[in-house]
Amino acid sequence: MSAVLEIEGLRKTYKSRRRGVRNALDGFDMRVETGQVHGFLGPNGSGKTTTLRTLLGLIRPDGGRMAILGHEVPAALPTVAGQIGAIVESPQFFPHFTARDTLSLLANAGQVPATRVDEVLELVGLRDRAGDRVKTYSLGMKQRLAVASALLKNPKLLILDEPANGLDPGGIREMRSLMRDLAESGMTVVVSSHILGEIQLICDSVTIISLGRRVAFGPVDEVLAAHSHGTVRVRLDAAEDLAAAAEVLSRNGVPVARHPDHLLLNGVEKPAMVNRLLAEHHLYASELAPVSVDLESVFLELTNTAPVPGQHRQVDESVRIGGAEQSGRAGGGWGA
Amino acid sequence: MSLYVTELRRLAKRRLTRIMLVLLVLGLAGVATALAFSSQQRSPAVVAQAQADADAQYRQAAKDWEKMVAECDAAQARGEQTEERYGPNCGRDWQPQPDMFDPEWSLPYEFNFRGEFEMIVAVFAGAVALFGFVVGASFVGAEWSTGGMMNLLLWRPRRLAVLGTKLAALLSLLAGVTVLLGALWTAAFWLIASTRGSTEKVTAGVWQSVGLGGLRALALILVAGAVAFALASLGRHTAMALGVAVGIGVISEIGIRIGTAIAGVSFGDRYVLSTYAMAWFEKQHKLLDYEACNLVQGACEPAEMIITWQQSGLLFGIGSALILFAAFWIMRRRDVA
Repeated sequence: MSAVLEIEGLRKTYKSRRRGVRNALDGFDMRVETGQVHGFLGPNGSGKTTTLRTLLGLIRPDGGRMAILGHEVPAALPTVAGQIGAIVESPQFFPHFTARDTLSLLANAGQVPATRVDEVLELVGLRDRAGDRVKTYSLGMKQRLAVASALLKNPKLLILDEPANGLDPGGIREMRSLMRDLAESGMTVVVSSHILGEIQLICDSVTIISLGRRVAFGPVDEVLAAHSHGTVRVRLDAAEDLAAAAEVLSRNGVPVARHPDHLLLNGVEKPAMVNRLLAEHHLYASELAPVSVDLESVFLELTNTAPVPGQHRQVDESVRIGGAEQSGRAGGGWGA
Repeated sequence: MSLYVTELRRLAKRRLTRIMLVLLVLGLAGVATALAFSSQQRSPAVVAQAQADADAQYRQAAKDWEKMVAECDAAQARGEQTEERYGPNCGRDWQPQPDMFDPEWSLPYEFNFRGEFEMIVAVFAGAVALFGFVVGASFVGAEWSTGGMMNLLLWRPRRLAVLGTKLAALLSLLAGVTVLLGALWTAAFWLIASTRGSTEKVTAGVWQSVGLGGLRALALILVAGAVAFALASLGRHTAMALGVAVGIGVISEIGIRIGTAIAGVSFGDRYVLSTYAMAWFEKQHKLLDYEACNLVQGACEPAEMIITWQQSGLLFGIGSALILFAAFWIMRRRDVA
């Protein structure tokens, strides 16, 4: 499968007298295949928006390589801009123009047929409010307008930064459905969001960024599988046998966590081996089930941003891979 | 071309552009109306009435003078001291003369197209330049502060072309508004001069001078718009341009004047921007150095310095070119965040 978007070793450094040198992007890599819905995840300040802005020519990178639809950017951005639809961060429009005016001006600037304006207004559900000034819109309606502006060009690559911001539950579901439809029509969608349940539902693949570096990537199933740690839940016929079972398993090198009515085992590659061990000691399992992980737990583990009782994590505190330090304020991106 | 047309549309659709245009038209119409009401054509009857008024004033003054002299003589005859009250020689040296009572003083104000239209063009240029400054600053400043510029750059990722096209659209609109309103302004004052004033001695040379004055006005308006645009783009906010304008107003027009006066600098006004604006319109502006005069020793002919419109053009041209260059340079270099 060919790549619609490729980023290799992208670097962006901000220098400030007060804060010193900070690497918003620290050799970041990313690859998105054609026709996928790709989730782009990362904690606040991890470099997501900096990546998207750099990709779209709004920020000048300090190093690395980027390509969109096979063209090196930012050099070839004027050539490929007509095939990229994007919203970056919160939707921002001139408040005194109507939605129709806003889209019409963009369509004119991009030499898009005027008929496309009504099509995208219909698509995002703003048809009946198209004549209202943008300043009267709710956040969710502005978000819809932003998506409409990104869709105007009927792009091959659609980049949506937090598209569900401000949307009501119905709107979130519509957005999910819209993204799937667009992907089925051949459009590649890159979506950045903190609603990880949504990402898990709609994305084919993900990239997770932390402190300006990629910490995980690939198809969603593979990322989840890679971080499930072979966790298995074991219940026994008799709850009083749990202590004996825990001892047997521990003796055989299986990490065990005891719970009142079950055991949680880690690093189990073959659950059948657990069953055999227990049976050899006349202990019989009534349940032996692999525990599935979700994207949120993988994200929190990878980025080391899970809340800890009694602690207040700061936005720059996140995981750094490839170093001894697993967390800290090692220089993450405040530019994102 | 499509971006240029789009930017023209965007500029024309902006609420501030429309409000400022309405205010500009109302303001200019107000000036023209006020001047039309204050001007009255000097018909032979009006001139004759003024002459009669002047004659009457002379006769009254002569009568009062004769009475005063008579009173003085009578007082002297009584042996009273009169010099303090009536002056020496009983004020006989101050006998009123007919030429002391100019009928002109009794004539109503009459707008003279030849003599006054140049100043009227300067008023027009000032008003339209203010319009251009505010609209120019807001056009790009609001785009930056509301995120419109970022949206546009996602569609047209050529920064210099985008900024240049926006500037071209602004200058086109300003030129169009100036030419249209300038034509109406000239027609209005020609009408006022024809019906309630004077169009005497308006020769082809006068029209040529009016045309050149109009061109200088157009240049000033375009410079005001371009400088405001560049400043707002540099600061990425409308307030940047407006702040600089207020700052320059305070520093140049008040601060420098006070500073040079305290320091006793000769021709201190040569450092004040408005001097160059006046020279631009008046073709040359004369500065007088009263600092060098010692008035205790009598009359003084102060030294003169002439500021020409060419010097003004050079100053404004170089200044605005530098600001525009900085705006485009920053646009090219700085991240859009």
